[in-house]
Amino acid sequence: MAAMKPVLYSAAISSCSYRVRIALSLKGVEYEYRAVEWNDTDYEKINPIKYVPALQDGDILVSDSLAIILYLEDKYPQHLLLPQDLKRKALNLQIASIVCSSIQPLQCYAVIGLIKGKLGPDESLQIVHHYIDKGFRAIEKLLEGCDSKFATGDEVQLADVFLAPQIHAGVTRFDIDMSKYPHLERFYKAYMEIPAFQAARPENQPDAPSPPQ
Amino acid sequence: TERCRGPLLHWLPATNQSELRMASAEAPAARPILYSYWRSSCSHRVRIALNLKGIDYEYRAVNLLKGEQSDPEFMKLNPMKFVPALVDGDAVIGDSYAIALYLEDKYPQRPLLPQDLKKKALNIQIASIVCSGIQPLHNLTLVRFIEQKVGTGESIPWVQQQIDRGFTAVENMIKGCAGKFAMGDEVQLADVFLAPQIFAAVTRYQTDMVLHFHLLSSPQLYLSLSLMN
Repeated sequence: MAAMKPVLYSAAISSCSYRVRIALSLKGVEYEYRAVEWNDTDYEKINPIKYVPALQDGDILVSDSLAIILYLEDKYPQHLLLPQDLKRKALNLQIASIVCSSIQPLQCYAVIGLIKGKLGPDESLQIVHHYIDKGFRAIEKLLEGCDSKFATGDEVQLADVFLAPQIHAGVTRFDIDMSKYPHLERFYKAYMEIPAFQAARPENQPDAPSPPQ
Repeated sequence: TERCRGPLLHWLPATNQSELRMASAEAPAARPILYSYWRSSCSHRVRIALNLKGIDYEYRAVNLLKGEQSDPEFMKLNPMKFVPALVDGDAVIGDSYAIALYLEDKYPQRPLLPQDLKKKALNIQIASIVCSGIQPLHNLTLVRFIEQKVGTGESIPWVQQQIDRGFTAVENMIKGCAGKFAMGDEVQLADVFLAPQIFAAVTRYQTDMVLHFHLLSSPQLYLSLSLMN
């Protein structure tokens, strides 16, 4: 009997889901896409914290993009995303962590605050800009002098998988001026040439909203 | 600087005489240096991990209330201006998650992550809930912003809500596998991240832990872990 494909619970707009879609594509893992709506009550049974993404792979359910990607690293070791070298591995994890702990959750807070009416549009954008700027400037510092094709070398690695969706959100939703972050701007242009990244883009997902007429 | 009197690595027995001779002939390796703030739950995680692994380290205090995280010398170690940061030989690592996973590789004694992929993933998820889903949302800058822009007194219920949501999710995840600790009867990465968060929740944010049965059932164990330093 053929093994079932993993199922990815995802939302097109979610940058956390975008990270996992990139990782799955890079590793050539075919998966079934299941879109999760914003206020999907059934989803709570699958993922108690109600965030997307989550991956069902056989009898294993993993939620949280970092946990999923580290699971994929073990289960599907083709196109490894973490190097053996401990310093470069730590750098990848540090950059990923800046994105997933110090930028995205605060950005999410600002967006939800706006939707719930707790924050005005200017205040919401101010928060987003503050945290993206702080995180991106720190990453630029960490990568000072870097002349490799991607963040930690000439191969796409974990840092890139986390950076691409965050930069994409910054550029398409929050009007971030990427010229302030020359390394990240250069990497982003390179990411957009890669089929695995293109396939994972929010606009290319089954639940992407139709463009306005 | 405070000096940490943790157990020294050389108590681990060498398997044969030639290893012993080689070890004493080599120059002693410099201890790792941990930049930490006593009250930072992120620093707390790393202190627990270092202690569990029996790693002797040098403690260097970074006083966040005095703004020492903005000193140019510290910013070279961590441009995010966060504690903890670890200097280990020529490795300079910021971020508690990156440090914890580095320690797992570099000092494999007393592993914090199991081999089993399901349990390993559960540990990582729980650590992520703490370090992406709870702790950043009671970051001081954000709390001050909420007090100023949303309203005075708004930040405490906000923080309590984030803590409650995260702990409820963790409770769900550890049903059926929790024992003395989150993942069974051995301390694992999940506990290393949970203990400081519970400690902060109870001591700083008046969290009512009664709702979190599993997490409550080992408060003494968690407190003794967290007080090991």
